[in-house]
Amino acid sequence: MKNLNVENLNEELRDPAKVQALLSAIRKFGSRSISLMEVCGTHTMSIFRYGIREMLPQNIKLLSGPGCPVCVTPYRAIDEAIAAAKHPNRILTTFGDMVRVPGSRMSLAQAKAEGIDLRVVYSPLDAVGLAAENQDREIIFLAIGFETTAPTIAAAVLTAEELNLKNFSIIGNNKTLPGALRVLLTSPDVKVDGLICPGHISTIIGSEPFRFIPEELGIPAVITGFEPVDILQGIYMLLTQIQKETAQVQIQYRRGASSGGNPHALKLLNQVFQSGDDNWRGFGVIPGTGLKIKKEYEHFDTLKKFNVTIPDVDDPIGCRCGDVLRGAAAPLECPMFGKACTPEKPVGACMVSTEGTCAAYYKYGG
Amino acid sequence: MDDKILLAHGSGGKLQQQLINEVFLPAFDNSVLNRMEDQASLVLPPGRAAFTTDSYVVNPLFFPGGDIGRLAVCGTVNDLAVGGSKPLYLSAGFIIEEGLPVGILRDIAFSMKKAADEAGVLIVTGDTKVVEKGHADQLFINTAGIGVTPDQISIRASSAQPGDAVLVSGYIGDHEIAVMLAREGIQLKSPIKSDAVPLNGMIQVLLSAVPDVRIMRDPTRGGLATTLNELAQSSQVTIKIFEKDLPVKDEVASACEIFGFDPLYLANEGKVIVIVPQRQAKTALQALQTHHYGQQAAIIGEVTKDQPGKVYLETKIGGMRIVDMMAGGQLPRIC
Repeated sequence: MKNLNVENLNEELRDPAKVQALLSAIRKFGSRSISLMEVCGTHTMSIFRYGIREMLPQNIKLLSGPGCPVCVTPYRAIDEAIAAAKHPNRILTTFGDMVRVPGSRMSLAQAKAEGIDLRVVYSPLDAVGLAAENQDREIIFLAIGFETTAPTIAAAVLTAEELNLKNFSIIGNNKTLPGALRVLLTSPDVKVDGLICPGHISTIIGSEPFRFIPEELGIPAVITGFEPVDILQGIYMLLTQIQKETAQVQIQYRRGASSGGNPHALKLLNQVFQSGDDNWRGFGVIPGTGLKIKKEYEHFDTLKKFNVTIPDVDDPIGCRCGDVLRGAAAPLECPMFGKACTPEKPVGACMVSTEGTCAAYYKYGG
Repeated sequence: MDDKILLAHGSGGKLQQQLINEVFLPAFDNSVLNRMEDQASLVLPPGRAAFTTDSYVVNPLFFPGGDIGRLAVCGTVNDLAVGGSKPLYLSAGFIIEEGLPVGILRDIAFSMKKAADEAGVLIVTGDTKVVEKGHADQLFINTAGIGVTPDQISIRASSAQPGDAVLVSGYIGDHEIAVMLAREGIQLKSPIKSDAVPLNGMIQVLLSAVPDVRIMRDPTRGGLATTLNELAQSSQVTIKIFEKDLPVKDEVASACEIFGFDPLYLANEGKVIVIVPQRQAKTALQALQTHHYGQQAAIIGEVTKDQPGKVYLETKIGGMRIVDMMAGGQLPRIC
């Protein structure tokens, strides 16, 4: 990544006057108690960062769902990465968020202190670059994320193929969101009146994959951007649907998302990955929510390439990350929150990622 | 002289003598050091002696706006200056990885001299050690500093009182973003430079204008957020800051958006947080702004008493949130 050209594009989306106007429109919806859920970690962070929860009328409750890809990563993924990287000739690369996520015995940061060569990259393509520069060493990329990051990871695999790199492979833990939302929204202990849908994922997959939410489950959904004005407008659109007793998928985040998504990105994604079952922390295995490397690209699959196997492990006893991820419990209801589990010494993944619900509650005082 | 540092350069023999004579003495050049005794013999002016130390391990060694040497001088000078002391003398200890080009060491030594001259301090004693390749990352520097605090000045982290004003002397976050971008090899259209500067000159101007400054602290690692938390806890007061008043360069704000950082937690190497009685706030602000390192100084908040030990931020859109200390380092986000 070189020569970035950055400017402040977002000032009008943080305009206090617009925020106040939206808040007063939201207050006009009356005092009925309403629960809205956001399912994207960036929404969780933005809501805390701008203090939006406290600005809303008390009858409107915001729940945080399983939207942080780091938080839904099971112990197994970390254990596998450490097992694969425990070889002097291998370099493990991943996104910064993953470094402190606990595995069953240790995190990647702890494994680094014990000797594995771990490097944080900003893009999987940087890992491919590293492979090109170090052809005598194996570069492993621990891939996580939803549909937002999967196309870039597919592009990394295709680039490595094009460069004929034999020393690059990935541990694929990419997941797709809609199937998990179905499990979540049909779960008996989760009651949601409206869904703030993730803007970033929708830029890739579009709005179509979310249609089952209003059409089959009767829950209004709005694909929403991440600035304060976006979020409040998204909430306003949801409240309007709830009041009119209609349910459909609307797009607030028009500057980023469309109904069809990004066909080029989807093509890359589908070239390298196919749908499979995947294990979600807090949910267990959900059919059809994992992105698995296709047979023709299997030589880029670290676990197959080096025949990595590890024993099964359970989540830690007492940790309620699973309930927190489903929005069935608030972080403060977890017996470990702020005591055994803190950002300095996280037990559950929700406390690690800056997008994790527990980390956000801890940092910004829920 | 060989153009790379060898283990023998740290062994106390001829090569070490050569290194001192050809690199450090010409760079630091002052009468105390030039005597080459095992210790520096110093006479201090009246007042209380202030003493501090810090080690520097930055990667890369050179970054826009500075280098490890400049940092090692400015950091220690600033730690003295924020206590109201006049910094006078520094020591410098070098831990060098075998194989470091001597030219790099020379450039860094001259950069230290330049910063020391600006701060008006002398580097009067030093040490070098060389470790095997792989046992250190190129170069680590430790500096310690001695200064003198006038008897009438009393600046303590515990002295903030409800009603006081909180100021910062300029743009926050420049240093950490500059170093991070240099480390990652990322170039922005308008490059961000580290703010590493000696602050004692500006602080002198401030103290002359407002002798009863209650607190000064330089928000280095952990940034403004962490330092304000330390002060709120030491003084058992609440500190409330206003996002709209925080001086953040557009380029730094944009880099934060891209990497998922919060400017409140970014390290600074040339900024000071100042807490003064409210009635002195304007005078303090003007004093800071007259100095070239304080032109962007701003009043950013106030001290209250409702939640002792806590720091709050009123967001640009009018929301309110707690500003906690940083846990671990800031890590770039996935998406």
